[in-house]
Amino acid sequence: MTNERDVLITEVALRDGSHAIRHQFTVEQVTTIAKALDEANVPFIEVSHGDGLGGSSLQYGFSLTNELELIEAAASVVNNSKIAVLLLPGIGTMQELKKAAELGAKMARVATHVTEADVSPQHIALAKDLGLETVGFLMMSHMAPTEKLVEQAKLMESYGADTVYVVDSAGALLPHQVKERIRALKDTLQINVGFHAHNNLSLAMANTLVAIEEGATRIDGSIRCLGAGAGNTQTEVLVAVLDKLGIKTGIDLYKMMDIAEDLVAPILEKPQEITRDGLVLGYAGVYSSFLLFAQRAAKRFGIDSRDILLELGNRKVVGGQEDMIMDVASEIAKRRLVHER
Amino acid sequence: MSKVKVAVLGSGNIGTDLMIKLARSEVLELTTVIGIEPESDGLRKARERGYITIDNGIKGFLERPELADIIFDATSAKAHIRHAKLLKEAGKQVLDLTPAAVGPFVVPTVNLIEHLNAENINLITCGGQATIPMVHAVNRVQPVEYAEIVATISSESAGPGTRANIDEFTQTTSRGIEVIGGAKKGKAIIILNPAEPPIIMRDTIHALIEGEVVNEEEIIESIKEMEQEVKSYVPGYRLRQEPIFDGNRITIFIEVEGAGDYLPKYSGNLDIMTAAAVKVAEEWAKNKIANLTVS
Repeated sequence: MTNERDVLITEVALRDGSHAIRHQFTVEQVTTIAKALDEANVPFIEVSHGDGLGGSSLQYGFSLTNELELIEAAASVVNNSKIAVLLLPGIGTMQELKKAAELGAKMARVATHVTEADVSPQHIALAKDLGLETVGFLMMSHMAPTEKLVEQAKLMESYGADTVYVVDSAGALLPHQVKERIRALKDTLQINVGFHAHNNLSLAMANTLVAIEEGATRIDGSIRCLGAGAGNTQTEVLVAVLDKLGIKTGIDLYKMMDIAEDLVAPILEKPQEITRDGLVLGYAGVYSSFLLFAQRAAKRFGIDSRDILLELGNRKVVGGQEDMIMDVASEIAKRRLVHER
Repeated sequence: MSKVKVAVLGSGNIGTDLMIKLARSEVLELTTVIGIEPESDGLRKARERGYITIDNGIKGFLERPELADIIFDATSAKAHIRHAKLLKEAGKQVLDLTPAAVGPFVVPTVNLIEHLNAENINLITCGGQATIPMVHAVNRVQPVEYAEIVATISSESAGPGTRANIDEFTQTTSRGIEVIGGAKKGKAIIILNPAEPPIIMRDTIHALIEGEVVNEEEIIESIKEMEQEVKSYVPGYRLRQEPIFDGNRITIFIEVEGAGDYLPKYSGNLDIMTAAAVKVAEEWAKNKIANLTVS
């Protein structure tokens, strides 16, 4: 198998997919999948709570298994793959990053809202000090104009990040918007540019290809689409498509297909598809992990989950504001009650 | 009624907001504003209002210690560690609005009474001031096993200090939830929201309550009482909606609108800190005056 790669893929199912299964990963599942991904020669495997280190909470959902155990388990079975962890300053802290590094994490992805990069300098600096490959992760990239994104990406570069990602957390970006953003970053930054998609508008693959065309060399995918909302760019499909395009990922396609079918599909509570709520996430520009919370709130208050998601989009709610879902749902229910009278 | 003399150390946004609040106090007399930038907006405003201004920091004040008995420190954690030592030697009572946490944590509605004679107290964080009263309100009815708070503040009102040291916020607030709020375990999350116009500070308190049966009625009553107690010194503090119960879990939704003294109204996060500081200082002053009358 070749180690020559034009594009370096990070498999995010064991982190982003945590949202889709309500953070119920077991050590056994993570160990089996990480080992198989390593055998398929996937360069990076991200393992964390869906909301990153320290994300286990009432706000986002408690993890069934402490993520540090999952990270340790994954790190213990990989030979070539590197284990990545996600950290959102404001949720997780440097303390947790240090522990993750001790347990074998080799890459830190430090995530902020697209306009708030300046909460990350300490975390990026620490990751570098710990000898980790360090990624700045600008979430909800659709919410800021390209100039703002560039300014924030430059901040992360100045803090020492090796790579900056355009993160389409809501799956809301259209191909021409991805093109503009990646091109602007490639024109300005000296470091690697990456792209993370969500498939809520069925554009994850198209957007990813546009990003690669514009020079992104770090790409996220989730195998069998095991990610928040409608999932991410489906990794095994991406590997096949890139192979047909003559772009080397170094990943074994056959093995990836088997992992998707035999190991990941059985974990899914239901197949990942673009449901009406998933579609509304992308349409309204709402953080993908809000999906299950909005459905729960809709049930509790007897309203349509799409109304909740649209209202959250109108209010420009950012990632992590899951508490707004109940709040908005109860307001909608109250308003309707008044209306009915 | 006689007043106790106070000084504000730090002429930034917080110091200036304190200056405006203190002008309304019936028991505190602001005499002096201390800064290090003679041309800063804060010192200029202080001069305009006729306060004594000192522009060489703590050193200048220590040359004239008779100017105040109570000092509000609105500088930085690093500076406060030095100030705390010097002011202790000078025999002053100090309110620390920085994250330095040299002295004990105080939330006025919860444990102020235990610290009436303290020489230095710390006001935890804005998120702590907004949420710990509610953790306590639940805990005083039925023990709280776990409390977690989410503070969402507008990007505009999160200063460079908070941003550069964001872990300090989550760690200090978590500790406050446990030590002062009474939860066996605490966790804090902070989110910055850049929406325009800026959003008002919002705080959500999630808690897991111990025991087979949750005493909903009594907990709600305690929460509403607490809302009124905090409102007495932070007028813009309110419940956004009825608390939501789900088994042994409760979620409380708070909003904090600032008084708009020097800082904009959406900066409830900063307002609740300055308002809490003035509240503590007023109780200290009343205590001082009462002691003088007795002796």
